[in-house]
Amino acid sequence: MMFKLGDGVVLLLGCLFTVWLAATFWQGGAADKAVIRSGGKIFREVPLNRDLEIQVPGPLGTSIIEIHNQQARIAADPSPRQYCVRQGWLKSAGEMAICLPNQVSVELTGSQKKYDSLNY
Amino acid sequence: MTSSTLKLDTTAEDHHIARLAAVALGLTVLEAAIPSPLPGVKPGLANIIVLIVLARYGWRAAAWVSLLRVVAGSLLMGSFLAPGFFLSLAGALLSLIALAASMHLPKRWFSAITHSILAAFAHITGQMLVVYLWLIPHNGIAYLLPIFAIAALVFGPVNGLAATRFMDNGDKQNLESTQ
Repeated sequence: MMFKLGDGVVLLLGCLFTVWLAATFWQGGAADKAVIRSGGKIFREVPLNRDLEIQVPGPLGTSIIEIHNQQARIAADPSPRQYCVRQGWLKSAGEMAICLPNQVSVELTGSQKKYDSLNY
Repeated sequence: MTSSTLKLDTTAEDHHIARLAAVALGLTVLEAAIPSPLPGVKPGLANIIVLIVLARYGWRAAAWVSLLRVVAGSLLMGSFLAPGFFLSLAGALLSLIALAASMHLPKRWFSAITHSILAAFAHITGQMLVVYLWLIPHNGIAYLLPIFAIAALVFGPVNGLAATRFMDNGDKQNLESTQ
């Protein structure tokens, strides 16, 4: 008998260890924090693991930022064209929604960024 | 000019270790011809010899063969004292530590395959430590860890299986020749 029981156990442990490594180091896109800016300054930094609604004041009025299920979005904003609201849910690190008229932005951050920069 | 000859007293064991190290060296050179997608991802065929030596002649002989293989292999490849040399040296040292620990596992349940898997993981650990502490001190190399782990997961058992195969065949042949 060449392949013994203990070998199988060790091989299984090796597989589990490899899967754990991959799960830990290959999920760079996952975001864990939302950085909310108002007028260019950081207004608040909130973790994504708690559902939350935040009101952010700007020159035009109040933007409402919603955090739900590890995602964030701008739920309401007084800006005329509503670009940032229509952008919908932000999921991975590096994604960003900006309401220029009201000078409010939300950026998701994580251990690794998927994008260095984004422009529209 | 006086010619002096240096005479070293060698034992039969020395000859034996040298012969086995030469086989391991041959495998190292052979392996260098195999293209690798990533530097450091190699089958480590020479470790088959180290595993056999460990099982047959004990840890001390295995350490000799392994380290001779690293040093002489780097001389042959022209990488002596280059980063690649320290990578394989660190890998070989940690593998030997893993082998020293794993060889005491009960033989009833654990074969050379276990030794090989543990040594393979120890090998990538040593390599990654050198890479991280010396060559590329950047967290980004963590991204490569799963790739090296997969390589260890594949080549560890394969080398171990090859070693057990060789030993089984060898034992059979020994039996046949004594009969």
